[in-house]
Amino acid sequence: MTARNVNILVIALLMLFCCSALAVENFPPPDFESGYTLPDTEVPEAKNMQHEYIALGVLFVALSISAYLSLKNRNRKLIFSLMIFSMLYFGFFRKGCICPIGSIGNVALSAFSSDYAIPLIALAFFLLPLIFTVFFGRVFCSAVCPLGAIQDLVLLKPISVPSWLENSLRILAYLYLGLAVLFAATGASFIICRYDPFIAIFRLGGNLNIVILGVCLLLIGIFIGRPYCRFLCPYSVILRQFSRISRKKVSITPDDCIKCKLCEDACPFGAIDKPTQPWPGGSYIKDKKLLAMLIVLTPVIIFISGWLLSSASPPLSRSHPTVSLAQRIYLEENKTFTDSTDASDAFRATGKTINTLYSEASAVKEQFTLGGWFVGTFVGFVIAAKLIGSTIRWRRTEYLANPASCLACGRCFKYCPKEQVRLKKKSSGNIDDK
Amino acid sequence: MQNNKKETINRRRFLKETCFGSSIAALAGLAAGLWSKTSPAKTVWQIDPEICSSCGNCATYCVLEESAVKCVHAYAMCGYCDLCTGYLPPDPKDMDTGAENELCPTGAIIRTFVEDPYYEYTIDEKLCIGCAKCVKGCDAFGNGSLFMQIRHDRCVNCNECSIAVACPSQAFKRVPFDKPYILKGANNTP
Repeated sequence: MTARNVNILVIALLMLFCCSALAVENFPPPDFESGYTLPDTEVPEAKNMQHEYIALGVLFVALSISAYLSLKNRNRKLIFSLMIFSMLYFGFFRKGCICPIGSIGNVALSAFSSDYAIPLIALAFFLLPLIFTVFFGRVFCSAVCPLGAIQDLVLLKPISVPSWLENSLRILAYLYLGLAVLFAATGASFIICRYDPFIAIFRLGGNLNIVILGVCLLLIGIFIGRPYCRFLCPYSVILRQFSRISRKKVSITPDDCIKCKLCEDACPFGAIDKPTQPWPGGSYIKDKKLLAMLIVLTPVIIFISGWLLSSASPPLSRSHPTVSLAQRIYLEENKTFTDSTDASDAFRATGKTINTLYSEASAVKEQFTLGGWFVGTFVGFVIAAKLIGSTIRWRRTEYLANPASCLACGRCFKYCPKEQVRLKKKSSGNIDDK
Repeated sequence: MQNNKKETINRRRFLKETCFGSSIAALAGLAAGLWSKTSPAKTVWQIDPEICSSCGNCATYCVLEESAVKCVHAYAMCGYCDLCTGYLPPDPKDMDTGAENELCPTGAIIRTFVEDPYYEYTIDEKLCIGCAKCVKGCDAFGNGSLFMQIRHDRCVNCNECSIAVACPSQAFKRVPFDKPYILKGANNTP
């Protein structure tokens, strides 16, 4: 091939191939006469995996320190320092990924999908805080979670949320968990990661809507302590259940409660349970009737909620790429749209038949309908359980940190006069750190 | 009455222990169940260049300010053309390195003369924004030696890749950590 006619050849070949976008070698690589050697394609190394294992190690150490600080040392300042460290390390340094909250998506996908291999780190990040919670309560929330830390930091003027509102809003978290599992299990998306409100702040940039969401939550968080943790966080739903039965629990007082009421308003998260009043005599029958009614209503609530979610599943399923692509292709085939999108072009280039796509999409839709029933039933069950729980009168003789809601932040410690005594004794060296 | 109370405490304690034990068992079960499903080596995101439709989403959807996806060049596949449709826009005024004659919006492709009439094209990754304009051009008329790859010195390996979500041809997949690239070219095809 001489040098001169290459240009002519190029143009000729262009005309030949301009209609077909075949990825074949239209122009064979030349034989160089000048001794030119082909450079290699550069392939930068993947970032060192050690970072991931270091992060896992840091998580373990941070959880251990957090457990020690909230259960034994009882020092809010140190808990706060650990919290700041976690925010900087897990949030800003590691850019918030991977976190135990988001790993719910990985766990759900790997549990329901046969061909998805969950990264070991994701599984470890999911399990480790749960294991710590079973033994020590929600020590992950207090000082290790970067999302909790950034909200804790802005909590300046806490106002209390009435318990009925708190309980109602918390249903959102159960719903969010259910939907997150549904979306991950069907392979639609990891919604927890996608709508992580503070990720844009940790990464110093991102989707504008997410930035707005994050900033709004932080603004609300000035007055209402940790709104994401309490009302939205899907991981908190799991942590709450484990924390209820945890071996060690955070206690407000280091000693016996003397019911001085000083700690009553100490908790910005409404997690302090007051001692109960004796039962007013007449209300017994009334409450019993209410309870009976609620038990009868339980299946109805569960059914309605299941039905609602399953009927909401068609629009939800449209977030699945296969379903949305099938819909687009359908509309293009029916000439509703005359133009095509990148996705529909890419699909047509694969040479897959449209009917295969349609059957795949309807399979996903069926999964969503079935999943909608499951999620709805789950949420309905939670609502019913909450209603029934509200009729139960627990007997408490002292001020206790509610094991499910307590975030182990240590704010209440200093309100307890017994704690003041302990600190005084400790500083004068009369007592060993109990 | 006293007896009753004692019994309640015992029952409560029993329930507590059962709950505790079963939750430990549940966690262990979950861990064991998913253990078999863990990937042997950790995986990272990568673009399959054969599926990529060079739509340009990579430039804008990455969580990084400057996308982790860049154009790379398989030299072994390149025709070293003078009229490079990855370098020059359709109907270029002149076939030279003038800015008005470059397809790349940031001038990230370096055109070097090798020998008449061959030119070497190198990507300056610091300038590349991952818009895939050159890839589209090269794919359309050339050998397809320019293609998109996630550069792992930049990728933060998010749990869910936001470009993968926006990818119209679903070309993003997780690949083993020790083989993090899917390169075009004779000896590198997957």
